[in-house]
Amino acid sequence: MDTGMKQAGVRKQVAETAVIRIRDLNISFGGNHVLRDFNLVLTKGESVVVLGKSGSGKSVLIKCIVGLLLPDSGSIEVFGSEITELNDEELDHIRVKIGFLFQSNALYDSMTVRENLEFPLRRRWINVEQDEINQMVMEALTNVGLENTVDMMPAELSGGMRKRIALARTLILKPEIILYDEPTSGLDPVTGREISDLIVEIQKKYNTSSLIISHEMNTVRRTANRIVILIDGKCYADGTFEELSASTDKEIQPFFSK
Amino acid sequence: MELSKSVRQFLLETGDIARFMGRFFHQLIKPRNEYAEFFRQCYVIGYNSLALVGLTGFIMGLVLTLQLRPSLLRYGVESQLPAMVGIAIVREIGPVITALIFAGKIGSSIGAEIGSMKVTEQIDAMEVSGTNPFKYLVVTRVLAATFMLPVLVLLSDAISLYGSWLGINIKGVTSFDLFFSQVFNNLAFGDVLPAFIKTFFFGFAVGIIGCYKGYYSNKGTEGVGRSANSAVVVSSVLVFIIDLVVVQITDLMGLN
Ligand SMILES: Nc1ncnc2c1ncn2[C@@H]1O[C@H](COP(=O)(O)OP(=O)(O)OP(=O)(O)O)[C@@H](O)[C@H]1O
Ligand SMILES: [Mg+2]
Repeated sequence: MDTGMKQAGVRKQVAETAVIRIRDLNISFGGNHVLRDFNLVLTKGESVVVLGKSGSGKSVLIKCIVGLLLPDSGSIEVFGSEITELNDEELDHIRVKIGFLFQSNALYDSMTVRENLEFPLRRRWINVEQDEINQMVMEALTNVGLENTVDMMPAELSGGMRKRIALARTLILKPEIILYDEPTSGLDPVTGREISDLIVEIQKKYNTSSLIISHEMNTVRRTANRIVILIDGKCYADGTFEELSASTDKEIQPFFSK
Repeated sequence: MELSKSVRQFLLETGDIARFMGRFFHQLIKPRNEYAEFFRQCYVIGYNSLALVGLTGFIMGLVLTLQLRPSLLRYGVESQLPAMVGIAIVREIGPVITALIFAGKIGSSIGAEIGSMKVTEQIDAMEVSGTNPFKYLVVTRVLAATFMLPVLVLLSDAISLYGSWLGINIKGVTSFDLFFSQVFNNLAFGDVLPAFIKTFFFGFAVGIIGCYKGYYSNKGTEGVGRSANSAVVVSSVLVFIIDLVVVQITDLMGLN
């Protein structure tokens, strides 16, 4: 691949403050070596898209970042703390600042939409006024355009609506880093575009840093400041949308061809 | 070959369950107790089994009485019917039948609920929102099951005895007062206490197995179904094993 391109990216990162810094990450399940010496830096206010084939380990990567999976070796620094060495309480302090959108949405089936959104609020802040909670819930739902679903159960919603509720739940605590696992998959192009715009808007408004996993080229183009391509457990390429979409590399091209 | 494999499987699983129990006790003493969720689970677990436990208890008491009567009649000790039924229900049938019903109803629902939360990443979602899912889901449910089953057993015993009194009155006449004084005069402390204590262990077994099976559910909806199913099977068998152990212990302690 074009090393000049990669170098430029690296130089730019070092100048700014890194919020996530992953070094030589290795993780395997049985004989399945998913990530091999994977490296990635995410700087403050930056939005990085991770591209990779199905099963290449994208979801595993972001689960390692929040400490849901423990890597075999390597280092993951988030806000300067080594995630793999924190105790539960310290890990929790870091997790407050991270929003996580699950690929499967992970809405709580036994709770209404309102309770789903209240859950992270109530768990984080013990003494918070009901008025304030209601206001934040409505604000989060308005963001995704689903105010009228507040008293429904997740099972009563369509797949796309569930995705948007999950997004609202992710955003409700105004996290500093947001990890999106396929935020627009399964949505119609119009809603997909609205969600992409929302991601960009939030990034601008709160200067959040985001790591986005997505296959939808429209989403990728709209949201990415930088794209990382994950192949064989390694960071194969790293560059802007323009740089990578113009690449002639046989491995990179298929991601961008229609 | 086949046998040694299943023996191995059994031993491995027993070890896993023991480790899971260790984790339960370890988490139990860690801070942030989920009182609200515990009381909610007590309500859900207790209330949901109430009707079923009441119905089966009533039928057991009635049927047992009707079936014992001819035999006692043959030996001319029909008047001992309340005493016999009372001992059978309070010492053995009440606790065991209720625990089995409880395993079927609550063990499977805990297994399915936690299993589906596991496979749809809801447990992971809890963990990243500042909640220890083991404390929030497992500890509360196991404790609720442990404390609710004894209550249900007491209730079931009472309803069974009432059913038994009705059974006696089908063929004869005994006043309610006489029936109950006959039952309780024949029940010693040593009959009641071990029977009551073992229900806590039954409840614990149902709770912990349901949670264990759910927590280690395989991916997919089929995995969830299998968790619920094996939660019922394993906890039902455990109820009998605990029953056997308790009877041996009380025997050694001279309580029989
Ligand atoms: N908990 C786990 N236990 C065992 N293997 C796992 C586990 N999680 C993921 N894997 C394996 O890791 C590999 C990568 O999975 P991952 O979910 O990260 O893929 P992905 O890149 O997110 O794919 P997709 O685009 O389909 O979501 C797969 O081969 C999967 O089987
Ligand atoms: Mg994935």
